[in-house]
Amino acid sequence: MTTTQADRDLVAATDVGDSPTATPTPRPLPADEVVLAVRDVRIRDNVGDREIVHGVTFELRPGQAVGIVGESGSGKTLTCRAALGILPEHFTVSGGTIEIAGEDIAGLTPARWTALRGSTISAVFQDPGSYLNPSLRVGAQIAEVVRVKAGLRRRAARARAVELLAAVRLRDPELVYGQYPHELSGGMLQRVLIAAAIAAGPRVLIADEATTALDVTVQAEVLDLLADLRERTGLALVVVSHDLAVVAQVCDEVLVLRDGEVVEQGPTEQVLYQPRHAYTRMLIDEHEQYGLERFLDADADADADADADAGTGAEADADADGGRAGAPARDREFDGVR
Amino acid sequence: MSADDQQRAGDRPILAVEDLAVHYGAGRRRQSVLDGVSLSVARGETVGIIGETGSGKSTFARTVLGLVRAGRGRILIDGEDVARHKPRQWQALRRRGVVQYVFQDPLRSLDPDLTIEDSLVEPLLVRGMRRPEAVERARAYLGRVRLDEDLLPRLPGELSGGQRQRVAVARALVAEPGLIILDEPVSALDSANRVGVLEILKGLRDSGVALLFISHDLGSVAGIADRIAVLYQGRFVEVGAARDVVNTPRHPYTRLLVGSAPTLRSAAAARARREELRALLRT
Repeated sequence: MTTTQADRDLVAATDVGDSPTATPTPRPLPADEVVLAVRDVRIRDNVGDREIVHGVTFELRPGQAVGIVGESGSGKTLTCRAALGILPEHFTVSGGTIEIAGEDIAGLTPARWTALRGSTISAVFQDPGSYLNPSLRVGAQIAEVVRVKAGLRRRAARARAVELLAAVRLRDPELVYGQYPHELSGGMLQRVLIAAAIAAGPRVLIADEATTALDVTVQAEVLDLLADLRERTGLALVVVSHDLAVVAQVCDEVLVLRDGEVVEQGPTEQVLYQPRHAYTRMLIDEHEQYGLERFLDADADADADADADAGTGAEADADADGGRAGAPARDREFDGVR
Repeated sequence: MSADDQQRAGDRPILAVEDLAVHYGAGRRRQSVLDGVSLSVARGETVGIIGETGSGKSTFARTVLGLVRAGRGRILIDGEDVARHKPRQWQALRRRGVVQYVFQDPLRSLDPDLTIEDSLVEPLLVRGMRRPEAVERARAYLGRVRLDEDLLPRLPGELSGGQRQRVAVARALVAEPGLIILDEPVSALDSANRVGVLEILKGLRDSGVALLFISHDLGSVAGIADRIAVLYQGRFVEVGAARDVVNTPRHPYTRLLVGSAPTLRSAAAARARREELRALLRT
């Protein structure tokens, strides 16, 4: 199909970045500009009359990614919502400051918030389906965002929406444009939501448990997409998850949040390999108890691909010949779909 | 090796599925879910089936349990081909209790209106065991899943999710079946309960019962399965010893699956590798 080929070309063009409209407009940014600064932020529940988040601090520059790990109720989502100006009723920022691209959010008018959201800071959440109108085609919903946020006319907005669907690696963006939310898988829906979130070229994207409900290969796809957007466009990321391993995949810096308290914060490697706090150590232990690593032979990690590609050793060769009756211990059936 | 060959003597597998095809819908809406799959489970063996949403793994379980009709192929349960069984025949088979099951949501495998005791003794009473004897056995199996017998007079709704799932495992065990099919048995549990139930399942390995453990999570299956079968788009693309499948996956999908599991190790190289595998699977 010619459309499909054209779309592939579009994706390819997006990759090398020689089509200025294909990617969310990477504005020339000084690399050291702080796009999101959260300084000793405290959040208060005014009904329960208690402080829920006791001082969170981090800074994000273009292309950086910070991860926030914690259980439900740890305050990670509230922290994100504060940065987006969408704290639930009765919750207020009771201390500290938040700056978005140098602008303190404390004095923002609703009109100014509307201007910042989407075009400077944006977000995706756990359940993509609930953020889309089930009775509208997904493309039209993205085009609407583009029309309102980027001020494009209808026809241009449609074209841009298709470009965005291609930019999030949906394979047939024209087709997806015309589909309804119920026709798409969870992974595709989350891509659509990411497309909508980056439609107005934000500098910061907050992903709050954005991959939690997805299958493991789809989760990896979405995380890879985020990493890819970050590299291609300088998008800064806040990745929030209950799973330390998910955060470790994407982020340079990690904050471990427990009961509203940052118990540990530092470069990812340091937090993973020299955890100081008992809670961080517990998260690591827990992962090791039922994560896959426990069953991986010590050196298989590095060698797995070499083995699979080249078939090292006699055993692997025997398998490659079709797993004859003589090798019952390794009789692997193989049903190639290549 | 065909099932006929194996029929001699007691090394006959407890479950042998041969060239099973299942579809939903008809005509233009016909959708193939399982596309000629074969798998056997030896007596006392633990086999894991790994698959993601839409792979057909739950359909596989439900077909073997007689809840979904097989379109083609054979399903030999302890040598008896059940693929064309009528409801009455299924009823008789279930009464014998050769195959038991545990679902993701324990409320689905436990009657909410029956006390734990009644749930546990029911399959035994149906087979003519006298109540005192049945209660005795129920107590014993409750102990095997590390639950206190204080729970016997309670209703499922009064138990925690982890306790309920243990009761569901005990209920599957009391009938002393040859095979238990577990469909995502730990997916709804928090990490502590998950580890607890996995330990119990691991403990069953010496008891002679075979387990068919179906899950989307390679990590929870890898520790207890002797063999792992990887289901992808309605076909088993790889079947092998658990350690081999995890450590030297051979099919591109299995490699992607292993390579996609979030790890605490460094991730940059893994990303490029995944991209290659996805491209391979697309073609």
